[in-house]
Amino acid sequence: MSETWSPPPAIRNPWLRYGLYLGAAVYLSLALGTLHLNWARLAEGLDRGWAFVSAFGHPDISKHWREIWEGFVESLTMTVVATALGILISLPVGLGAARNLAPMPLYLLCRGIVAISRTFPEIIVAILFVKMFGFGPLAGVATLAFATIGFMAKLLAEDIEDIDPRQVEAIRATGAGPFQVLNYAVQPQVMARFIGLSVYRLDINFRESAVIGIVGAGGIGATLNTSFERYEFDTAAAILLTIIGIVMATEYFSSVVRERLR
Amino acid sequence: MLSIAGLTKRYSGKHAAQSEPALSGVDLIVPKGQLMALIGPSGAGKSTLIRCVNRLVEPTMGRIVLDGQEVTGTGRTVLRHARRRMGMIFQEYALIERLTVMENVLSGRLGYVGFFASWSRRFPRADIAEAFRLLDRVGLKGMEDKRADELSGGQRQRVGICRALIQNPALLLVDEPTASLDPKTSRQIMRLLVELCAERDLAAIVNIHDVALAQMFVPRIVGLRAGRVVFDGPPDALTPETLTSIYGEEDWSATIRPVEDDADE
Repeated sequence: MSETWSPPPAIRNPWLRYGLYLGAAVYLSLALGTLHLNWARLAEGLDRGWAFVSAFGHPDISKHWREIWEGFVESLTMTVVATALGILISLPVGLGAARNLAPMPLYLLCRGIVAISRTFPEIIVAILFVKMFGFGPLAGVATLAFATIGFMAKLLAEDIEDIDPRQVEAIRATGAGPFQVLNYAVQPQVMARFIGLSVYRLDINFRESAVIGIVGAGGIGATLNTSFERYEFDTAAAILLTIIGIVMATEYFSSVVRERLR
Repeated sequence: MLSIAGLTKRYSGKHAAQSEPALSGVDLIVPKGQLMALIGPSGAGKSTLIRCVNRLVEPTMGRIVLDGQEVTGTGRTVLRHARRRMGMIFQEYALIERLTVMENVLSGRLGYVGFFASWSRRFPRADIAEAFRLLDRVGLKGMEDKRADELSGGQRQRVGICRALIQNPALLLVDEPTASLDPKTSRQIMRLLVELCAERDLAAIVNIHDVALAQMFVPRIVGLRAGRVVFDGPPDALTPETLTSIYGEEDWSATIRPVEDDADE
């Protein structure tokens, strides 16, 4: 009777197994070779990186106080306007993207809108809108609203697809019209989560507004970018710390709201 | 009076062509004020039958007429008007869990009020007064502002009954009203249904699994097997032979023995 045992390998064929290991090793070494690592440049950059990190020890919010304040006000305005606009548009799209409510052609159209909105990362969309509308917060609002539509519509549609169909049946059986069915049988089942998701999206949009500002879509991101270009790391640190503070505050706020909606 | 003639339902699906229809050629007349129990094994078509009556399930063939009004083959608006005359009561209550008891009861009036009135919850005074009367009648006085998910099973079914009755129906379609309830609550709910139908001269079709409970409360029993009516008669006409023809071979002696009604309520 044998007394040794080892687990069977994930790939049973030894030729295939060792062939894959070898292939991966060759690919990695070749790929590393194409990176052209320049150690001298790396050492030089390390200094600059350290200058940036150490700036967090002495952030300076006062030197460019006005720009920072205006940047944050603009970002918050962009965030709120874009979130409200996006949610408003996501409502009909989300209803249309729910398989249990919408007829097939409408379903495909709305799923298409959701897919397009979710395929492109915010930063790419922002670059496009900056080209279309020029630098500034309008491009930012358009970007965030565009991203919000896909996010909210997809999650709303999935919630609607998961509702209890018996409640819908019961309301239809009373002779209610289609909008009354939506209002009485669908809305009560998805509303709490929809509000929670809206607050969650609000805090995502604030974070995103800082990122897309870097490509010219206005807000605090633009201020941050300017400070980087001037090598004013102490100002940049102050901005980043404030962003972190605001994000944590909104995240806390949204978790409290979601908790209370249960 | 409800008349069902030649009602056939074939579900569409992969093997629909070969498979047996859920209902085939069902003819039934339910006179005004009559309480009728529909019994039969799971999958016999009981649930399909009552859902065909208000066209939550679209019949494949056949004709349904309620008090002279065609239900089958009509447009959406006429169908909605026909549905107002048919109150439906469900196995798992099918209340809107997150709405209040009052909103659930008033939702029975949706076929009568416009969208904006119902959206802003501004129902006619008469409807609200009737809702309070019904809640009082079923023993839920003072519960109007509770959320439906705060209630017990028996209380929820009472709300379900109010929602059906406030439609001012001529017919109740009742789908396994007691299947989620304990034996005592089941009897209370059945007794309440019987009383309310008598008070309002309502006809009712009650799908029910519990043969003994049906025998205890209902004057007419219809047995359904594989989509066809195989028994139609008073409860004492149910013999072991007829039950075997409905459900298949089994020892029925314990089922038919008269059940003693517990009087404590």
